Amino acid sequence: MRDKLAIGLAAAAAGLLANNLYQMFMVLPDEALQGAIYRILFFHAPAAMVGMIGYFVALTFSVLYLTSKNLIHDSLAASIVEVSLVFSVVNLVTGSIWARIIWGIWWTWDYRLTSALVCVLIFFGYLVMRRAIDEPTQRARLSSALCIFGCVDVVIVWKSIEWFRNQHPGPVLDFRTGGGKMDPAYAHVFWMNFVAILLMATALVLVRTRQEATSREIDSLRRLAHTAA
Amino acid sequence: MKTVKHALLIARKDLAVELRTKESLNAAGAFSIVILLLFSFAFDPDPEQVKEIGGGLLWLVFAFAGALVFNRSFARELPNDCLDTLLASPLSPASLLTGKALANFVMLLAMELVSIVIFGIFFNVNWTRHIGELSLVFALGTWGISMLGAVFGALTVNLRLRELMLPIIIYPLLIPLLIAAIELTKLLLANQPPSPSDFLWAKILIVFDVVFTALAMMLADTILVN
Amino acid sequence: MTRAIDLAGVWKFYGDYAALRDVTLTVEQGDCCALLGRNGAGKTTLLRILAGLSSFERGRTHLFGSSPRQAHAAFLGHGIGVYEDLSARENLLFFGRLAEVPDPDRTAAEWLERVGLANASDMLVRQFSRGMRQRLALARTFLHLPKILLLDEPFTSLDDRAITMLSELIVESRRRGATIVLSTHQLREAMVIASHVALIENGRLRHAGERTETMLDDPGLLYRLHS
Repeated sequence: MRDKLAIGLAAAAAGLLANNLYQMFMVLPDEALQGAIYRILFFHAPAAMVGMIGYFVALTFSVLYLTSKNLIHDSLAASIVEVSLVFSVVNLVTGSIWARIIWGIWWTWDYRLTSALVCVLIFFGYLVMRRAIDEPTQRARLSSALCIFGCVDVVIVWKSIEWFRNQHPGPVLDFRTGGGKMDPAYAHVFWMNFVAILLMATALVLVRTRQEATSREIDSLRRLAHTAA
Repeated sequence: MKTVKHALLIARKDLAVELRTKESLNAAGAFSIVILLLFSFAFDPDPEQVKEIGGGLLWLVFAFAGALVFNRSFARELPNDCLDTLLASPLSPASLLTGKALANFVMLLAMELVSIVIFGIFFNVNWTRHIGELSLVFALGTWGISMLGAVFGALTVNLRLRELMLPIIIYPLLIPLLIAAIELTKLLLANQPPSPSDFLWAKILIVFDVVFTALAMMLADTILVN
Repeated sequence: MTRAIDLAGVWKFYGDYAALRDVTLTVEQGDCCALLGRNGAGKTTLLRILAGLSSFERGRTHLFGSSPRQAHAAFLGHGIGVYEDLSARENLLFFGRLAEVPDPDRTAAEWLERVGLANASDMLVRQFSRGMRQRLALARTFLHLPKILLLDEPFTSLDDRAITMLSELIVESRRRGATIVLSTHQLREAMVIASHVALIENGRLRHAGERTETMLDDPGLLYRLHS
């Protein structure tokens, strides 16, 4: 059932993505001031949004695990963090490429990029810690605690880095040239791509959750074998 | 009341052991001096540059040398299964965390005092001008490091590669606190009058300390009881 | 009267693996229950749950009506639970204060005398011999005259002097109405001091009841009956 859902979501994501790519490259014109590279926005910002949403959904499942003690919730939390981390890295890489094309530099300490980097580091630590714990219940318990600390910290990180950059101005990664809102034509493709990336992320989460469940089963059988021996 | 009493008992015990062995204090103190020395070669700053970067340098020293202190925090409970004995006693996990944080706090402050004296000597900086405000900034910043150090020391105590993992996990989480502490310290060392926006940093320090101390107390059982 | 130890339908999981399966066990006040079973059967897991060191996923556990975390039973595990860099006296003072004994200084002095460490009271534990450490561990466990004692293989690697001391302390504790649960592989010692016996195998409780004369004469009987 879960496999069918994952395949369905992946297929929907692929279809939507194909349509969006067509729109981006065949229908929409280049942006007036940035040129062709503007199109990277359609991946950069949705990846960031999906990543951020993912961390807080993982927080919900972590809290749920601590109350329910159901390991499915921990598997979901861990899978979501992994997938969110991937999309956060996509956000950083695409931001870097954009900065290189527009300003000739690979990196800028723009507050959003910097905060995103800190989030990546926090949740990379989460995954590193999980790998160091063999016993599933202990791993779930400690990961949940770390996820809660991490997500609370993310909020404080964003605000403090934003204030830091207000006091120490530098280049700002803002795709909206000429001020004001995004053109409606661009906005439509932007949000459609957000949906495509969200569907893709959900499909990946379902696949990873299944892998976590299988890994737990193997661990349990190993313990049983050791006890019988 | 009992929580406070037990926390003080734990802190006293840790400080008694540390005063006897001086393991963490010696290592942290020596490491902080080495970093300050290396910095003088790496950047060779003039007096104006020192005012600009002194705050950052000091807090990097405190954070890195501090790792040697809070790394030992729960590790010293491992021999002879003392951690199990403590958790089976009337001591609550929240008291244990608070006591460890208190002990870390005292040890880190001692290391920071040594560091700032050496820093003042090496780079010819008068840090006593605003000693009251500086002490407050140090206390607030150090409490955040101490509490998070205790929490993640407890989280990682039984894990493989604990010494490697603790810095990877804790430093990203400390970033807001370090930014705030660095900005305030820089201001005080440069003898600049604070602007309204600078009080934001003091607020961040206080919010960080309050939020993470509360979170630590709420999750103490989860972290310590298997 | 509230039971000293009351476990009902307790399950403990490590991931999907059930280390304890539907364990129901009661121990009345003043009894001494020997917990028997092979390595990996679940004895230590059960004791750790009773000591409040481990949580459990299903069932309920009460010690004199309170949860294990509130009951504060005295626990002696595989480690001796004393600090190497403190002296014997400092260790007992610390644990005495933690247990809120009325006069920690006097209690520490009395127990050091009792376990034969009065002359070494200001020596650091790291300078102690193995026998001295074991006796200090006993003092640390018993000094606050606990109502419930949980001992995980306490006779293992004890020297003769410490074994005698421990046996005396157990008898004395029972006389003042304390309840004891001890896990052990030393069947003979267990059958002599225990009033009740429980056998765990693969996480399940196979037998729980009074220690009979037959068990005293033939300590291995239970294992043979339930294997």
